[in-house]
Amino acid sequence: MPGQVQSIARAAAILRLLAGGSGRLGLLEIARALDLPKGTAHGIVRTLHDVGFVEQDKTSGKYQLGAALLHLGTSYLDVNELRSRSINWADPLAARSGEAVRIGTLLDSKVLVVHHVFRPDDTLQTLDVGALLPPHATALGKVLLAYNARGGLGDLVPYTRRTLASPRVLTRALAAIREAGWGSDIEEMTVGVAGIAAPIRGYGGLVVGAIGISGPVERVCDAHGQPRITLVTHVREAARAVSRDLGGRGQ
Amino acid sequence: MNGRYVISIDQGTTSTRCIVFDHRGQLVSVDQREHAQHFPRPGWVEHDAMEIWRNVEKVVPRALTRAGIDASQIAAIGIANQRETTVVWDRRTGVPVAPAIVWQDTRTDALVEELARAPGAEEVQRRCGLPLTTYFTGPKLRWLLDNTPGLRKRAERGDVLFGTMESWLIWKLTGEHLTDVTNASRTMLMDLSSLSWHPDSLDFFGIPPAVLPEIRSSAGVFGTLRTVLPGVRLAAALGDQQAALFGQTCFTAGEAKCTYGTGSFLLLNTGTGPVRSQHGLLTTVGYRIEGEPAVYALEGSIAITGSLVQWFRDGLGIISTAPEIETLARTVDDNGGCYIVPAFSGLFAPHWRSEARGVIVGLTSYITKGHLARAVLEATGWQTREVVDAMNADSGLMLRTLKVDGGMTSDNLLMQFLADVLDVPVVRPMVAETVSLGAAYAAGLAVGYWPDLEGLRRNWHRAAQWLPNVDPQWRKTEYDNWQRAVERTFDWIQPH
Repeated sequence: MPGQVQSIARAAAILRLLAGGSGRLGLLEIARALDLPKGTAHGIVRTLHDVGFVEQDKTSGKYQLGAALLHLGTSYLDVNELRSRSINWADPLAARSGEAVRIGTLLDSKVLVVHHVFRPDDTLQTLDVGALLPPHATALGKVLLAYNARGGLGDLVPYTRRTLASPRVLTRALAAIREAGWGSDIEEMTVGVAGIAAPIRGYGGLVVGAIGISGPVERVCDAHGQPRITLVTHVREAARAVSRDLGGRGQ
Repeated sequence: MNGRYVISIDQGTTSTRCIVFDHRGQLVSVDQREHAQHFPRPGWVEHDAMEIWRNVEKVVPRALTRAGIDASQIAAIGIANQRETTVVWDRRTGVPVAPAIVWQDTRTDALVEELARAPGAEEVQRRCGLPLTTYFTGPKLRWLLDNTPGLRKRAERGDVLFGTMESWLIWKLTGEHLTDVTNASRTMLMDLSSLSWHPDSLDFFGIPPAVLPEIRSSAGVFGTLRTVLPGVRLAAALGDQQAALFGQTCFTAGEAKCTYGTGSFLLLNTGTGPVRSQHGLLTTVGYRIEGEPAVYALEGSIAITGSLVQWFRDGLGIISTAPEIETLARTVDDNGGCYIVPAFSGLFAPHWRSEARGVIVGLTSYITKGHLARAVLEATGWQTREVVDAMNADSGLMLRTLKVDGGMTSDNLLMQFLADVLDVPVVRPMVAETVSLGAAYAAGLAVGYWPDLEGLRRNWHRAAQWLPNVDPQWRKTEYDNWQRAVERTFDWIQPH
């Protein structure tokens, strides 16, 4: 059996301490109560602060339990918050790739489109924020499924000849996505259309969404029918940039 | 053409940012530092100009490091700045003689009332296109001269220099004492037609000409940097809202942009002649490219837009982050008959009612926090509609599309509502940082990094568009309700 992780045990003790009484506590009080060096206590409290489990009062500098802890049972990241935090990175991805960009999250075994940037050619396009996509047939959805701990694969409707409609094949593809850190769909939902996507990670590496591009297969894929490496790089860089802004380490 | 990048410094009210842009106008890297806000007395807001300068010295090299480039790859640098904020410094030591007075500062209210009664007040306002308020630079400079011991004497001897934030930074960077037409157009000291300091206006405010910077075009070489990035040309300066107009490529009369931040600023390009407003809008210079005539703009300022969402978050605690307002607003289908008019410190354009205060009307037991969230977002939509109506009436140019930028453009519910109430398409460009981009565009244009305005237009791409999608009768009824709500804010503060 693996040993106890000391800093997690200490973090739990700090949370119990803060939850234990009324009123906020200063760093010195926390360190004294747990018999920890001030620097050690500070490191743990800062980390708990970064993930939102504790809050610091601006004037007194003292700590209390954070709102994120109280809402642990509800949605981790509001979808409108996700859009607002990623908008500055989704735009350059559309400009660099020349394709439309979408950001999605899983909602009741569908992909909810939470942000959409038009393909930068100024043709008539319609915003499809709020649309629901099938996870197994889209790059966005497959990336989200790959990192979804609650396993359901959804309804595997075959949209085209290339849709991964068998659980065994799809499960193998999801493992490959986890291995590579990105995913694609090549004419798996619509003939002639391909997509590339990568995960957006929050604190601790938790996947909170996926960002990706989609466009005509001849532009998204190379002569061998594989996603173009430059586009994959652009997508992964955008995903990493959003992740960094959310406090995740990217990947 | 030397260099593969253009950089901009956006010296804003709360922070200073440096952004590196590539030839396609795409953001390559950013660095940013906040500076302290000082509130020494009620109504006073000050910045430390030296702190801001030190932040410039830090953010510029860091933005270059993040982009992995050095000064030899920079074609030019442009400045966009918070407008009207006033600095006076010693010509020899380079040290500010007093804290900078920030545009929001209202310490000059008694002075402004006195000036408004003085002979020549009408003429001064007509000449500069602005109403006499605490907002603009002239009264702030006069206040410094009156209230800093010995300063008037030093000013008359030419020992001290005055500038708005861009002048201060240009002087620190190049050693030249210069401003641009857009910033000069916010001082109340410049003649809008001749684009030069006017002796009668200087007399009216009691400003010695020796302290004034030389007025230059917005896009043109101001000088070469002696520090930070020695050898790089400083080739543009614009007030932040004018920079956003330029960044949105509103180069033709009739094109308009609105920047949605804490407050919101709608600027309409009116072409090469100033349009005098009959409806409470400001007449201002949009930009001037060296060797070309100045382009003018009408400006509608809305005091409270994003800050109403902040109040909902911080003052009422109903939401924990600003974007959650959309989530909450979407829990209901309409406003339930509830309207919020955020006249927190009176109403700006087009009403200019300082005695008005905010109201929430139409409250019934049916109203939930979702309806209130909707009313918060709708307030921004209707306030924009009022300014657009005033602009259409003043300019005779009917707005056909509104280009938007700023933080609130990530709110899809608000953007759709805007299109619905304005009855024109609302378009968001692919670069959200239009203030910085505008300064970079102007600088790049001045040094030939970009060939012409058409070249800049080709960089502009639509990232999102919202089309009007409501019944005209609904629009009419709702606007009527809004206007009746606005009337209920009037005359709240009683004269004493």
